[in-house]
Amino acid sequence: MEEKIRVLVAKPGLDGHDRGAKVIASAFRDAGFEVIYTGLHQTPEMIVDAAIQEDVDVLSVSVLSGAHMTVFPRILDLLKEQGVTDMHVIGGGIIPNEDAEKLVQMGVGAIFGPGTPTTEPIAYIREWYAKRKPA
Amino acid sequence: MTRSQEESRGRTAEAARLAERLAQGDRRAIARGISHVEDGTPVGRALLDRIYTLTGRGHRVGITGPPGSGKSTLVDHLSRRLRERGLRVGVLAIDPTSPFSGGALLGDRIRMRAATQDEGLFVRSMASRGSLGGVAAATYEASEVLEAAGFDWILIETVGVGQSELEVVELADTTVLLLVPESGDAVQVMKAGIMEAADIFVVNKYDREGGDRRSQDIETSLEISGWNRGGAWRPPVLPAVASRGEGIVELLEQIDGHFAHLTRDDDSLGRARKDKIERRLRALLRRALLDRATRGARIDERLEEALDRIAAREISPYRWVETVLADWMPSGEE
Repeated sequence: MEEKIRVLVAKPGLDGHDRGAKVIASAFRDAGFEVIYTGLHQTPEMIVDAAIQEDVDVLSVSVLSGAHMTVFPRILDLLKEQGVTDMHVIGGGIIPNEDAEKLVQMGVGAIFGPGTPTTEPIAYIREWYAKRKPA
Repeated sequence: MTRSQEESRGRTAEAARLAERLAQGDRRAIARGISHVEDGTPVGRALLDRIYTLTGRGHRVGITGPPGSGKSTLVDHLSRRLRERGLRVGVLAIDPTSPFSGGALLGDRIRMRAATQDEGLFVRSMASRGSLGGVAAATYEASEVLEAAGFDWILIETVGVGQSELEVVELADTTVLLLVPESGDAVQVMKAGIMEAADIFVVNKYDREGGDRRSQDIETSLEISGWNRGGAWRPPVLPAVASRGEGIVELLEQIDGHFAHLTRDDDSLGRARKDKIERRLRALLRRALLDRATRGARIDERLEEALDRIAAREISPYRWVETVLADWMPSGEE
């Protein structure tokens, strides 16, 4: 049996805008990934807990509420606390460029803004996975 | 030491580490262990071998039913109740893999809100990965990992099934079939072969029109199919409205009752499981034989070569299979 790239698509916070998360979840599935979609209103604690149980390779987190500068650092901290070093965090949503740069410095793999074609994060994940797992 | 010996030693060591950590309830080790058995890796095989003596202690309950019948919601409520009793619960939730992309969208967690930040509850989503029986090929192995990690109950939620995807029966001690008032008449129910498969029937969404009629249909079918052979378990038919948590306590009582029935004397559970284990041994052997026999047989290459000619009707697929077999197992003549 082959290995599959497993991705958790999470939507933290109080806003109910999950269309983007659903679009990306479907695109990931069509790319052949196994996508765990957790639904709305997830706290960073819930997201990290689910990611660990599901043993995912990538956490794809969509934030549109403006809370990205608290949500992403919290997720990275929780992963560190749990001793998780091999999961990759990426993000999407409405995130100003300078914030995105800061987040990448903190350890987020990449941030994809509104209007990014879904092919971009897919190619990014494949490339990251190939580098991480030499055949 | 040769390289392959070294690799094999490394795998054994990793499996041993995983086994030790997961037996202590380490969630990352449980999760990683399930990934290994799911991917069919050598570490996964070594792990299963090592933990086998720790398995068989859990009560495995299969939850099956058509799409939208409320399986995830029911599993969420069952988990909560079991946690209140102080029992450790592992959940395997299976969703279908797309036959077109090989990907899967696993959404059962959306309805399992109980599943966070509770060390006594572990929820894992599994993609069916081409298996057609309503569970994944590695669901059995994954439930062994959960048992070895000390979970008392393993709830296995199948893909939304139609009339024939009842493989969960082979994995579970107790199989619960969920139907809804719209699930079809008595003949549909009888046709499906589920009369023999289910230990407990639940008519969920009972508050909708036709709930009582659906229950009666199932009761009638049970009478006709003659469940009441000596000492057999009589499957109960229960109403429920899982979204409001109604009928959950009664369902748990019946699941307990069924398990009590299975364990009524010293050896009865063993007997019930032995039949299943025998079928499983045959399946494992078949899989291993096929793996070994097809190794080096260049099946994919030969398929590629033959595809055009077969599509053009130049040679028949039956002839092709015979030719391939003859090359690869020349002694196949009877």
